[in-house]
Amino acid sequence: MTDAHGVHRRSQHPIYQELHDSAEFADLRRRYRSFVIPWTVAFLAWYLLYVIMSNWANDFMNTKLVGHINVALVFGLLQFASTFLIAWLYARHMNRNVDPVARQLEARYDAVIEGEGRPA
Amino acid sequence: MNGTELLTAVLFVGVVLITVAITFWASRQTSGTANFYAGGRQFSGFQNGMAVSGDYMSAASFLGISGLIALNGYDGFLYSIGFLVAWLVALLLVAELLRNSGRYTMADQLAYRMKQRPVRTAAATSTVVVSIFYLLAQMVGAGALVTLLLGVESELMKALVIVGVGLLMIFYVTVGGMKGTTWVQIVKAVLLMAGTVLITFLVLAKFDFNFSELLGAASDNTGKGEAFLQPGLKYGIDMTSKLDFISLGIALVLGTAGLPHILIRFYTVPTAKAARTSVMWAIGLIGTFYLMTLALGFGAAALLDTGPGSKVAESGGNLASPLLAEAVGGGAGTTGGAVLLALISAVAFATILAVVAGLTLTSASSVAHDLYANVWKKGTATETQEVHVARISAFVIGGVAIALAIPAQKLNIAFLVALAFAVAASANLPSIIYNLFWRRFNTQGATWAIYGGLISCLVLVISSPVVSGKLNADGTNAALLPKSVDFSWFPLDNPGIVSIPLGFFFGWLGTVLSKETDSEAAYDELEVRALTGAGAEAAVKE
Repeated sequence: MTDAHGVHRRSQHPIYQELHDSAEFADLRRRYRSFVIPWTVAFLAWYLLYVIMSNWANDFMNTKLVGHINVALVFGLLQFASTFLIAWLYARHMNRNVDPVARQLEARYDAVIEGEGRPA
Repeated sequence: MNGTELLTAVLFVGVVLITVAITFWASRQTSGTANFYAGGRQFSGFQNGMAVSGDYMSAASFLGISGLIALNGYDGFLYSIGFLVAWLVALLLVAELLRNSGRYTMADQLAYRMKQRPVRTAAATSTVVVSIFYLLAQMVGAGALVTLLLGVESELMKALVIVGVGLLMIFYVTVGGMKGTTWVQIVKAVLLMAGTVLITFLVLAKFDFNFSELLGAASDNTGKGEAFLQPGLKYGIDMTSKLDFISLGIALVLGTAGLPHILIRFYTVPTAKAARTSVMWAIGLIGTFYLMTLALGFGAAALLDTGPGSKVAESGGNLASPLLAEAVGGGAGTTGGAVLLALISAVAFATILAVVAGLTLTSASSVAHDLYANVWKKGTATETQEVHVARISAFVIGGVAIALAIPAQKLNIAFLVALAFAVAASANLPSIIYNLFWRRFNTQGATWAIYGGLISCLVLVISSPVVSGKLNADGTNAALLPKSVDFSWFPLDNPGIVSIPLGFFFGWLGTVLSKETDSEAAYDELEVRALTGAGAEAAVKE
């Protein structure tokens, strides 16, 4: 991971290619991407919807709900709620479904490197 | 010196002494590059989450956003929302992968699969530019605070304070390194949250904890009626301002994951999982804080004079929070008012000191690690030499920021920071995302993405009404340059809507026009490392 001069670049150790081509790694990547890609699209769309409606849906956004609290304020607060929720869902997904597979692959890497008795 | 000024001085000196003590304490443990740049990677997720929040809740958040809400009502709220939602991009797509594939700087993860010299030069350039924009905003905040506390518009005093802040930040960084800077952030985050909770509580108490009543009082006091609580007061005037609103919204949500001083925070923790925990804590703390900015902003609108010529309006809104503290403490001239004003000003001062230290460390690290050690010395520099160069760079960057901050005093801080976000989203985010998710991406793509995004963003800012040709409603000059100069042709204040897509476009174009294939083979290794942590940098053993 570090060459003789401390420059950070790839190791070209064959273990990386071996791990990359394993079925477990393909599974790990699928587990990660199948969560983050749809959720990223979803929260960006939800946020852009908020920005666009603030501009062009005045009647709806200005509707009063209770006292001086209008739809625009509630919509803004819902962006906070959705951010907290998605962050929590992500952490739960990673802890349950991604970390165990990642730790197994990392252990395979560590076993090979330790077996050689030198850092990659 | 009267009682109030004495109290303010004592609190300011207190903040400075605490941070200086932390820095000296940290300096005893800072030797070698991993300690200087990454605090030994020993911080826990929670500690780093506090430090991330400290780095992120800058003067822009504390002084800027509440000021924008106080002046423009609901439209200022977009900043809070955009600044928060942006964290999901950082959490889902960047934080953990970057922790595993990088080492000290933003450029590391590009250099992992690209040709070292061109990508490090490009990434270091954009790191320094983003950090200087951000630094400017913090320095403007320091100037505004001093104007308020001394009650005089002395340009010399302002300049002296900016120089003083600059010298302190150079001290934190050169002496304390990342470990000292991180602890300064943690202390600052605690002070800022405590101060904000206190003022929010006092504001809400004035309205019997009825938020609707607070909103009603704000719309009455500003004389703008219900329009003050609705979107569009600032950005709903015509098509140009509506586009500006969208441009700002995009820059805010995509900027965070490209901010170098936030990215390098992920290197201070031992594992990717700890990086995730940091962001979770940061989202919780920052989200809570931004909810309170609503109370601060509308509270200032309800309780202070925010009309033309008022202190709040004259400072671009930057003074709304400290003046609000004075008002809820009992008003100007009362002991309670004076105590709270001094307290909140000291908190704002701590905020500014901490953020400038984080920014300076980031740019100094990039200059030393990317430009000096890897581009110039090609990896033959010793750790001692590298850290030495980082310390010298901190001096130079501090000096540049001081010199630029003095003419920028009239701009709103949150607005200035939004420009830094636009630069980060245009120049940095495309290359980071492509590098982590696109196998074909290569050296030419990375340099084109960075320079393309950076240059288009800077050209558009220079050609915007912010720099020349903008007038206030009453015909006075609202641009940076004098009224007689007008070379603006780009209509929007924030360039994000054009420059961010351009950054992604240039990254794609540069990639497909290059025949380099080496970076594709390297992608497999990067991907394994990013997702599993195999071979990632470990924490420094005590």
